[in-house]
Formats: sequence, C-alpha cells, structure tokens
Amino acid sequence: MSIVRWTLRALLSHWRRHPVQFFSLFTGLWLATALLTGVQAINGQARESYARANDLIGGTPHANLQPVDGQPLPQEAFTQLRREGWPVSPVLEGTVQLADGSGRLRVMGIEPLSLPPGSRMAGAPTKAGGLIDFISPPGQGWIAAETMQALDLTEGATQPLANGEALPPLHARGGMAPGVLMVDIGVAQRLLQTPGEISRLVVPAAVQSTLPPPWDTRLRRDDGADTGLDGLTDSFHLNLTALGLLAFAVGLFIVHAAIGLALEQRRPLLRTLRASGVGVRELLLALVIELGVLALLGGTAGVASGYLLASLLLPDVAASLRGLYGAEIGGQLTLSPAWWLSGLGLALVGALLAGASSLWRAARLPLLAVAGGEAWMQAHRLWLRRQGIVAAIAAVVALVAWQWGDSLVSGFVMLGGMLLAAALGLPLLLSGMLRLIPTIGRSPLTGWFIADARQQLPALSLALMALLLALAANVGAGSMTEGFRHTFTAWLDQRLAAELYIRPTDEAQARALQEWLPRQTEVEHHVVVRGLDIEVDGHPVELSGITDDSLYREHWPLLESVDEPWDALFDGSAVMLSEQLARRLDVRAGDAITLPTSGSNWQPRVAAIYADYGNPRGHVLVANQELHRHWHGAPVDSIAVRAAPGAVDALASRLQDAFDLGSDRVVDQARLKGWARQVFERTFSATAALNSLTLGVAGVALFIALLTQGQGRLGQLAPLWATGVSRARLMQLNAAQAWLLSALTLLLALPLGILLAWALVAVINVQAFGWRLPLQVFPGQLLQLAGWAMVATALASAWPLWKLWRSRPVDLLRAFSDER
Amino acid sequence: MLDVEDLYKSYPTPQGPLPVLQGVDLRLERGGSLALMGESGSGKSTLLHLVAGLDSVDRGRIHADGKPLHEMGERELAEWRRCGIGLIFQQFNLVGSLTVADNLAFQARLAGRHDAGWQARLVEQLGLGELLHRYPEQLSGGQQQRVALGRALAARPALVLADEPTGNLDEATAEQVLHLLLELVAGSGSTLLMVTHSPQVAARLQRTVVLRKGRVHPGVEASA
Repeated sequence: MSIVRWTLRALLSHWRRHPVQFFSLFTGLWLATALLTGVQAINGQARESYARANDLIGGTPHANLQPVDGQPLPQEAFTQLRREGWPVSPVLEGTVQLADGSGRLRVMGIEPLSLPPGSRMAGAPTKAGGLIDFISPPGQGWIAAETMQALDLTEGATQPLANGEALPPLHARGGMAPGVLMVDIGVAQRLLQTPGEISRLVVPAAVQSTLPPPWDTRLRRDDGADTGLDGLTDSFHLNLTALGLLAFAVGLFIVHAAIGLALEQRRPLLRTLRASGVGVRELLLALVIELGVLALLGGTAGVASGYLLASLLLPDVAASLRGLYGAEIGGQLTLSPAWWLSGLGLALVGALLAGASSLWRAARLPLLAVAGGEAWMQAHRLWLRRQGIVAAIAAVVALVAWQWGDSLVSGFVMLGGMLLAAALGLPLLLSGMLRLIPTIGRSPLTGWFIADARQQLPALSLALMALLLALAANVGAGSMTEGFRHTFTAWLDQRLAAELYIRPTDEAQARALQEWLPRQTEVEHHVVVRGLDIEVDGHPVELSGITDDSLYREHWPLLESVDEPWDALFDGSAVMLSEQLARRLDVRAGDAITLPTSGSNWQPRVAAIYADYGNPRGHVLVANQELHRHWHGAPVDSIAVRAAPGAVDALASRLQDAFDLGSDRVVDQARLKGWARQVFERTFSATAALNSLTLGVAGVALFIALLTQGQGRLGQLAPLWATGVSRARLMQLNAAQAWLLSALTLLLALPLGILLAWALVAVINVQAFGWRLPLQVFPGQLLQLAGWAMVATALASAWPLWKLWRSRPVDLLRAFSDER
Repeated sequence: MLDVEDLYKSYPTPQGPLPVLQGVDLRLERGGSLALMGESGSGKSTLLHLVAGLDSVDRGRIHADGKPLHEMGERELAEWRRCGIGLIFQQFNLVGSLTVADNLAFQARLAGRHDAGWQARLVEQLGLGELLHRYPEQLSGGQQQRVALGRALAARPALVLADEPTGNLDEATAEQVLHLLLELVAGSGSTLLMVTHSPQVAARLQRTVVLRKGRVHPGVEASA
C-alpha cells in the first residue's frame, strides 16, 4: 500500500501547484451534481407526497365504487349495500376554504369502523382504541405538520371556514399527505355542507361479486385505488429530469476537460512514476482513488447546493403542480439518507465516466514515448474521427426514433441523439468552418490567427460543446416557452369570452340562478353548461353539454373541423373533442367515436378538434339536448354570463349576496385568466431557472478551458512576440480568437436550438401532454441570447487575457527559449 | 552483477523493423563502473533502458543482480525499477509538484526503504540543505541534477543507471555533479552503468564500452 500512498501523494501534489485546474474539476463536479440532485430532490419530494396521498387509505388492497354520472351518492348507497352484506365503506371528498382566505384544504371524510379489515389510515393501522378522539364529537382533523405550518394552524385549534363552519380540533399526523384534512365522514358532511352525501365507496379488492340493482347501473368499479397523480405528473417530472440530466452532462464536460488536461500536464510525472517502479495497477489505483476523493469533495458540495436549489425552486414547482393537476406537494424538503448517498454516488459515477478515457490513456501510456505536441495533435485527429463516427451514429438513432418512435421515451431518445450528434460533431464543423475562411490576400498574421485558432480547438472543444448545448437548450426552451405564452394567451382570450362564470352548488340553485340572471340589467345573456365525468377507452373524460350560442360559434378556437362544425354539433349528429383526447383515441375530424352512455353506447361523428391546453384529462363538447338524451340528469356544471365589463364586479357581489355563493363559485374572466397565467408562469419558472443555470455552467466551462489553455499559451505566443508583435496586439488577437470560436458555436447553436424547439413542441409535448404547439421563433430573443453568449465569452476570456497582459517580457523570452 | 548476452532489440517503423541492438554481450562486476559510449543511434540508451526494465527484450538475456530481466513481466519489472536500480536522466525528471525533500525521499519511500539518517547524509554531501523546501522549477540545472542523484541513491540500489547525467550542464557544474555521483556510488557500494558522449567523463569510470551500429565495437573496450 505504501506504493499507492506515495504515488497518490505525488499525484495530489499536482493540484496544489495547479489550483485553477483543481477549481475547474471541483466546479464541474459540484455544478453537475447540484443541478441533477436538485431536480431529483424536487421529484422525490413530489413522489413522496403522491405516495402519501395514495396511502391515505392503505393496507388491504381495495377498489372504489364510483358513481357513473359523476354526481354525489346518497348515503343510502352505503347503508343498503351494507345491509345486503357488502363490506363497503363510504368516503366523502371536497374542498374547503379557510375564513381568513389564507388557504384551502382537501377534506377527506371516512368511516374508519367500516373500513376493510387490515386497512391503514394515513399509514397507521386502524385500531379502534386509537380512533375514539377521531370519531367522537367534536371529532378530530388529521393533517400533515407541514400543512399546519404552511397555513399557520396550531395543534388542537379549531379554525373557522369561509362557509361559516369550523374545523374540528386539528391533530398533526406523520402519514398525512400535504394539503389534505382527514376527518370522520359525519364531520366531513358538516364541513362540506353536504348532509347525507358521499363521493364513493371503498370495497376490498378481493370482493368481485356483481352489485345488486339499482347500484349495478349507478356505480362503476374502479380498481385503480390511487389518485392517479403519478401518471398525470410523470411528464412534468420527466421534463425536469431531462433538464437536470442536460445540466449534469454539461457539468461532466467540464470534468472531462479538466481531467484530460491534468493528464496531459502530468504525462512526465506519470512516466517518472513508472520509471521509479510504480506498476500500472498501482498507478491506476492511485488515479482512481484521486478521482474518487475529488468526486466526493465536489459531490458533497453539489448535493448540499442541490438541496438549496431544490428548496428555492420547490415553491414554484409545488404551485405549478397544484395549478395543473391539483397535486399537493409538501413545501418543506424532507429527504432521506438514500437521496444524499445517491447524490454522492452520482458524482462518483459521473467522475469515473468523465475520467474513463483519461484513465485508459494513462494505463496505455508508453514508458519511453516522447509526449510531443505533434503526437498529441495526431492523437486528437484520431479522436476527432472517432467522435465524428459516434456523432453520425447518434444522428441516425435520432432519425430512427423520430420516424418510428411513438412514445415519450422515443421522443427523449430522439432529443438525446440529436444533441449528442450536434455536440460531438461540433469540433469537426468548427474545424471545417475555419478552413473555409478565405485564404487569398491575407497577411501572415491573419494566416497565423486562423491556423492558431484551429490548433486551439482540441483544448477548447469540450467547453465549446458545453456552450453549444447550453445555448441550444436556451433557444429551444425559450422558443417553446415564449411560443406557449403567445398561444396560451390568445387561446385564453378566445376560450374565456364570457365575463363571469358561476358554479352553482346544486340543481335547485342552478334553476334559481337561471331565473334571476335575465332580470338583471347588466346581464346581456347567459349560457348554461351541464357536465359529468365519464371514461372513454379507459381515459377519464369531462363531458360538457352546451347550447347554441355565439359564445362558442364566434370564440371557441378550433384546430381542425369538418364543414359547418357547429351546425353538426347542435343538430346532435356530432361532438367535438379536445386535442389530447383525439390523439389518445387516434381520431380526426370526420371520424366516428363511441361514447358510453347511461344506456347503450352512442356513436356520433367528430365535428371538430379544439385545443385544451393544460388539461390532463380528455374533454368532449356535446349539444345539451344530446347530453340530456344520453346521460339523464347531468347536472349544471357552470353558467357563463355575458355582461358589460364595467358592471362585472357589482354583479358578482350581488350574486354572492343573493345566493350565498363563495368567492370560488363566482369567478370573473379577468381573475380566471390571471390565475391561469400565474400557473403558466410558475410552471416555467423552474425551467427558466435551470436553463439559466445551464448557460452559467457553460460559461464556467469556457472560462476554465480558456484559463487552463492560457497557461500554455505563452509558448505559442512567444515566437510572435520575438518577431515583433506587441503584447497589446497579441492580446487583441487572443480575444478575437475566443470570440470567433464562440460566435461560430453560436451560429451553429441557433439552428440546433430551433430544431430542439420543434422537437419539444411537436414531439415531446405531444407525447407528454397530448397537444401540439405551433413552432414560433422570436428573433429578439435570439439576439438577446447571442448578446449574452458574447458577454459570457468576454467575461470568460477576460482573466486569461489579463494574465497575458501582466506577463513580463522575460516570461515570453523564457517561453521562447524553452520552446526552441 | 550485470550479465548481458546476445541481446537484440528493434523498433517498428513505417519502412519495417529498425534494428537497434544486434547481439550485444556485456558483463559488469558488482561495485564496478562502466561507461557506454557511441554515436547517436548506436543503441547505448536502448541498452540502458532494457537494463532498467523500461522496455522489453526481443531476443537475448539480461541477468542483473541474479535476476533474469528478460523473463520478467510488468509487475516484476516495476519492482526491479523500484528496488533494484537508481535512474538518473539527462533531463532530471524530477516531480515538479513535490519539494526537493519529497523528491529526494520519493523512490526510497516507494521501495519501502526510506532511511532518514542516510537521506540526511546525502543532503549534506549533495549540499542541498538550503534547498529542501524549494520546488524543482526554483532550482538551477546543476541543483536539479544533484536532487536527481540523491533520489536515485536514496534507496541504496544495487545498480545505478545514468543516461548522460551531465549532458545538460555547463563544464564546471558537470564536473561537480560527476564528482558527487562517483563519490556517492563508491560510498554506497553500488554498481554504475553510465551512458555518455564525453571521453573525459568515460575516463573517470573503471571501464568503457563503445557501441557501434548496435554491436559492441571489438577492441575498443578500455579500462581506466
């Protein structure tokens, strides 16, 4: 072991003498690990929250009996089935708003004593003894400690609600999902003001008998016991993971460059070690240990920073997930030791991956070969050829995945292949572009400028690859986000044409509202929308019944349609589908579809397909009379009111007073749009932050590459200085070279970024969310990014140039004589 | 101590194998010293590298300190370099990131033979006491070669191999370094094989062998 020990000491002493290289390696590992573990922390926190939400009633596997029409069930469903020997247990769900407006809670009412034997509530066994406080008046509200903290609630307190009721004494429970309040079902009926109603029934999964009438037609069995959040949010998390992996890859480029450079600089040391009797195995072992130690250092800093990053991004991500999917995520990071260890493991694996080629070269280092610059250039040329071959293979893989792939995974394979091909092909392309610069009539200095820029490519290529990827990711994600913003805003303006939307609490109130509204002078007219939830081919679908109105004919945005689509809809021969449902069912305008009804199936034509951004579920528009004919008693879902814009506030206020409607049931258009835009902005804030960080990492990569390369630059510049080129001129030439290479990289990054934007909106988005966005390019945004890239280059090259400026003529002289 | 028999070595070139050694025979007794001379390309450095275990033999035998180097694998050759020999190069080849003190002790530590007393004597004899905390780049050529001498002798190797150790030094410094090398080798009882171009340097060793075109030049072996 003493051989490895002393070898390691000699190897490590290199970093003391080259702190910049150590800094670059450390920074690469640190940033790569920080960004990926940060994203993983967010995803892990979200998944843990979903798991808790799924496990609120856990233990014995169970199925749900859901109402076919999506409406609340009478409590008799429970009592009758129980009397007939069915081991069912009722559940009531709904949302309440706190009186001070500080937040909302999802109420889950259960009847613990009738739960299937072996069930668990909030992760704990249902022991009767422990439930006395829960079921005895005034009951108990189980809630997650983090939710209590977030809503400023205290243990044992009773909190007033906006509807005049008060919460039972609150009790923090470890297994509760964030944002959920679990109470006894009687308490839930009081809180939600739905006496005698339940939402669904829980039955042990093992019970497979046919339900007795009338429940055989009114209830449908749903064996998916979970909340479905995992499936809905998978795409969101996958997108975050992809960004994290991109940042990880960019970070590893830095590590690879730093390790490669360190190997080149340490060739004489490695030869001396070998000549002094250090065997290949001992040398490799020492190099691996050194890499491992560095990885642990960078990884530890990275994991700590990842935690910090996740803490900063989590509020925005949680708000996005709540807005998009209704998924509640704990606002405080609670990460397991496994996460910390996996972060360190990631850094280790990343460092080994990034350093593998250097270790391989160290193992094959001939003892007596002369490490001349030319030999290195030759090796680089061979390396370039191999890179070119891998780039071509990656491009072919991307093409194949695009042409024949039909899933999100194939979409990401296409994206990965495309980016890898571009990154690996970059040095070849840059070399080719430099060759193309006209040679006629150029001065000897210009000739040297171009030749020297090409000679610098091997040292800078990895940093330029990182810059290419970061710039392309910024162009791609920026175009997609900005395009989405434009499309989404225009779509919202069309879709939310009415000034006010009312959600009645029940049918009686809906009828009263329909009588009241025409009597108000501000109301121009109103449109009633009836709705219910059904399943089509296993996909959850919201069905909306509408009446013929200009609100739809003039404003509803259609993506594709048959002739006279609205006539076809309102004459009852056709329906309209949201884009994501049409894609899932693989139908187009003019095709027929089958919809399950209360009786037999209905097979209307598809008159049109419309955009329904941000809705993870399918949506179908049908004429109201058809809804009534096929799904008896579909309740009023909402009432859209057209009114003079200036009178909306007063009308909303009168409505709330007259019908005792909460603020969540009377929503004006402006507020709804504002809320939707807020969700949108927050959805992309995490993306934007990760993107900016990736560009920052690329800037660091370029800085480090220029700095490390600058250390060996004196020798290349000394001959010019010796032949009469001033230091000021040398500095200008050096700066111009860095700018030229960055500008050429930017030139290639722009089309790559636009291609990436296309892949995101036309492939990834379609596979992940079911809808496609038009590809839009924003020249102003591209110009801004180009400006940033040039500023990053200027900053990255400033320090090396300053060092060159500070170098004394005697240094140049020494470099000159050493070079001879 | 060293017995080289019928040694062949060639290197591949685009034009075919280039023979460098073509049947070299050489013997060196324990405690003796021998200068290898010859024109550039005559094979003297190649012979030194083969004896050092830095390269492999094509044909022939090398027995050093009773060990058959020509039969050894990578691990055994590494051990031979670590424990059996002390190497001194024309370019010094010090570890630039280690101090003089660490460079001096480096090979002895690798060999597990670090002896603080012996090292202190070497430091004194080599006149390096003031320089122990400096780095190689802060030393002159002569100082660097003195450190290299100390490193090569710190593990008390049986055989010291020197490849033009004074080739990079001015006349006065070269003389000083050579004097120290011979004195220390004699003092430690090691055997010395040195490649040199200089007849004056060769004359200071016990024997001289001249290589020409990969063979020992007959009748040119001389004894001091």
